[in-house]
Amino acid sequence: MKTMENKRGVLITAALIVCIFVFVGVAERIAPPSWNMLFMVLKKGSIYALIAVSMNLLNGFTGLFSLGQAGFMLLGAYTYGILTIPAADRASVYQYFDGGLVRFALPVPVALILAGLVAAGFAFLIGLPVLRLKSDYLAIATLGFAEIIRAVFQWNVLGPITNGSNLLRKFPVFQSTISYFVVVGLCVAVILLLINSSYGRAFKSIREDEIAAEAMGINLTRHKMLAFCISSFFAGIGGALLAMYQTSVQAAIFKSAMTYEILLIVVIGGIGSISGSILASFLYIACSEWWLRFLDQETVLSAGPRTRFVVIMAVIFVILLAAMVYRLVKPKAKSRVRYGVGAGICAAVLGWLVFFGVTGATRVPLLRNGFRMVVFSVIIMIIVLFFSRGIMGTSELPDLFKPGKKKREEAAK
Amino acid sequence: MSVVLPYLLSGISVGGQYALIAIGYTMVYGILRLINFAHGDVFMVAGVMMVYLSASLPLYISMPLMLILTVIIGFTIERAAYKPLRSAPRMSVMISAIGVSYLLQNLAAYITGGLAQQYPTVPGISNSVSIGPATTKVVTLVTPFLVIALVFALVMLINHTKIGMAMRAVAKDYDTAQLMGIRINAVISATFVIGSFLAAVGSVLYFTNYTAVTYTSGAMPGLKAFVAAVFGGIGSIPGAVIGAFIIGISENIVKGLEAMLGVAGVSLNIGLATFSDAVTFALLIIILVVKPTGLFGEKATEKV
Repeated sequence: MKTMENKRGVLITAALIVCIFVFVGVAERIAPPSWNMLFMVLKKGSIYALIAVSMNLLNGFTGLFSLGQAGFMLLGAYTYGILTIPAADRASVYQYFDGGLVRFALPVPVALILAGLVAAGFAFLIGLPVLRLKSDYLAIATLGFAEIIRAVFQWNVLGPITNGSNLLRKFPVFQSTISYFVVVGLCVAVILLLINSSYGRAFKSIREDEIAAEAMGINLTRHKMLAFCISSFFAGIGGALLAMYQTSVQAAIFKSAMTYEILLIVVIGGIGSISGSILASFLYIACSEWWLRFLDQETVLSAGPRTRFVVIMAVIFVILLAAMVYRLVKPKAKSRVRYGVGAGICAAVLGWLVFFGVTGATRVPLLRNGFRMVVFSVIIMIIVLFFSRGIMGTSELPDLFKPGKKKREEAAK
Repeated sequence: MSVVLPYLLSGISVGGQYALIAIGYTMVYGILRLINFAHGDVFMVAGVMMVYLSASLPLYISMPLMLILTVIIGFTIERAAYKPLRSAPRMSVMISAIGVSYLLQNLAAYITGGLAQQYPTVPGISNSVSIGPATTKVVTLVTPFLVIALVFALVMLINHTKIGMAMRAVAKDYDTAQLMGIRINAVISATFVIGSFLAAVGSVLYFTNYTAVTYTSGAMPGLKAFVAAVFGGIGSIPGAVIGAFIIGISENIVKGLEAMLGVAGVSLNIGLATFSDAVTFALLIIILVVKPTGLFGEKATEKV
C-alpha cells in the first residue's frame, strides 16, 4: 500500500468520497419515499463497514485472528442504550426493574465515545490473558469471551442496569443517513491514519513475522494489546450505531453468527484492505437485504415476463458455464476441481431453467422464503474458493487510479 | 442426592453426545490444523435428514440411510471446500469452513422453512425409565456406554490398522508423512468420514433427548464440542471424550446449582442457569490460560 506516493489516486479517491457524501446528503432531502430501501442499505452498510474495518485492523493488519467482534459490539450497543435513554422513558423501558439504576441521560456524542471506551476497556481486560495465545486458540478464546459477555448481559441480577433479557429501547437515534456516514467516516479516517503511522507499520510487521518484528525492537505485547483495544473501540461504536439503526438492543442477537458474518465481509473485501472492507460491506448488505430479495418471494410470472426471465438467466449461466468449462479443459489449469464444482453448479442452474422453460409452469420453482440466503451463501462460497483474495486483495482504492506505466515513466524523466 | 441425580444423569448423557461430535473436531484439527466450523452443522443436517427420511421410510431403512448420507456430506464438504485450499494459508481454510457452515444453516433453514421440526421417536431409546428418584429417557443411560464402545473401536482402529497408522503419521508430521508415500488425501477423507459418522450417531442420541431440530441447533453443541476438544488437548481422542464429559456435567450442574443449594439449606435465587452455556467458555479460557495445550495435549515447540 503506497498511498502516500500516489497523489493522483488519493486525490481522485478523496473527490469520489466527497461526491458520495454530498450525493447522500442531498439525495436524502429530495428523494421520493420509494428510495427508502437505498437509504436503509446505506445506513446498515455504513455501520457494517465500520465494524468490518475494525475487524480488518485486527485480523488483516495485525494478523491476530480474533472472533470476539460481536461481544464488543454488544458492549458498545448496551453502553449507548443504557446511557442515553431519556430519564422520562426509563420507567417504561425498565418496567420490571423499577426504572433501573441509571437515572440520567448523556448527550449522544458523549455516549458514543463512552460506548467505544467501554468496549476497549473490556478488550484490555480480556486481552491480558488471551493475547498470549496463538492463532486458532486466540480465535476460540475470544469467541468464548463474546459468548460469556452475552450471557452476563442477559443475567437478571444485572437487570437494573442491563434490563436483563428484555429489550432496551426509546434511546435517541440518528434519523438521517448522512449522520451515520459522518460518524463512520470519522472513525475510518482515524483507522486509516493509524495504519499509515509507525504504529500501523509495527502492526503489519507483527502480521508478517512475529519473531522478526520482536527482533526489530517492536514490543509485541504492547502493540497487540493496542490493536486489540483500538479494534474493540471501533467495534463498540459500530455496535452503538447498530443499536440506533435497529432502535432497540437485545443481547440475544449478538451471537457468534454475527461475528462470522463480519468475517465473511472482511474476506470478500480482501484481508488487509480498508477500502475493500467498506465496499464489501455495502455490497453484502445490498445483496442480502435488497437485490436478492426477489428470491424470497413465491413468484408467479405470466407468459411474457416468464420467457424473458428464463432467457436472461439462461444467457448468464451459459456464459458462466462456458468460462468454467474453458478453464476446465485448458491443459495446465491448476484447479480443475474448483472449476468443476463451479461448472456443476452452473449446469444445475441451467438445467433447472430449461426445465422451467419446457414445463410451462408459471410459478418460478424453488423461490420461497429462505432461498435468498441459500443463493447468497453459495455466492460467498464461490468467492471464498475461487477469489480468495477478495475484491481488493491488499490494495486500496487509490491504487486503482494510479497513473499508467507509461505516464509513470514520463514523470520519472 | 435426589436433586443432584437428574442433573448428573443428563450431564453425562449430553457429555457423551458432545464427545461424539468432539472426536470429529479433534481428529480434523490433529491432521489439518483446521477448526472445522461446519462440523456442528453436519450434526444438525444429520438431524434434519432423519426428520425427513423417517417421514416416508421405516426406521430400519431411514437410520442407516441417514448415517450414509451424513458420511457422504462430510466427505463432499472436505473435497469441495477444503481440498482446493490445501496449500492456501490456514486462515482461508477456516473461512471456507465458516462459509460451509453458513451454507448448511441457510440450506436447512430453507428446507425446514425456519421452523423447529419434531424429531422422530426411536423405539427403545425414546422411552422413559426411572432410576431411583429420577425419571429420564433410556437414551440417557445408553449414551455413555455407546460412546465408550465407539471410542474403544476408534482407538483400536487408530492404533492397530494401517489407515490408523497413516492417520497418526499425518497428524505427527504432515510433510514427512507425504514423503513416506502416505496418500494424504485418502487419510484426510477417512478422517472426515469417521468424524461425520460419529456426529450422525451423536445427532440421533442428542435429538432423541431434545426432540426438536432447528437450523441453528448445530451451532451451540458444535461450539461446545470444539471447546471440549480443546479442553482435553486438541488432537487427542481420549482427551476430547473426557473434556466433553466434563463440559456436559458442569453445564448441567450450573443449571441445577440453585436447586441443589436449596436442598443444602442455602437459598439462592439469582438465575445462575443463564450461565449454563457461558460456563463452558469460562472453562475453556481457564484451561487455555493455565495449560494452553489442554489436559492431554502434546507440547508443541515453535520453530523459527
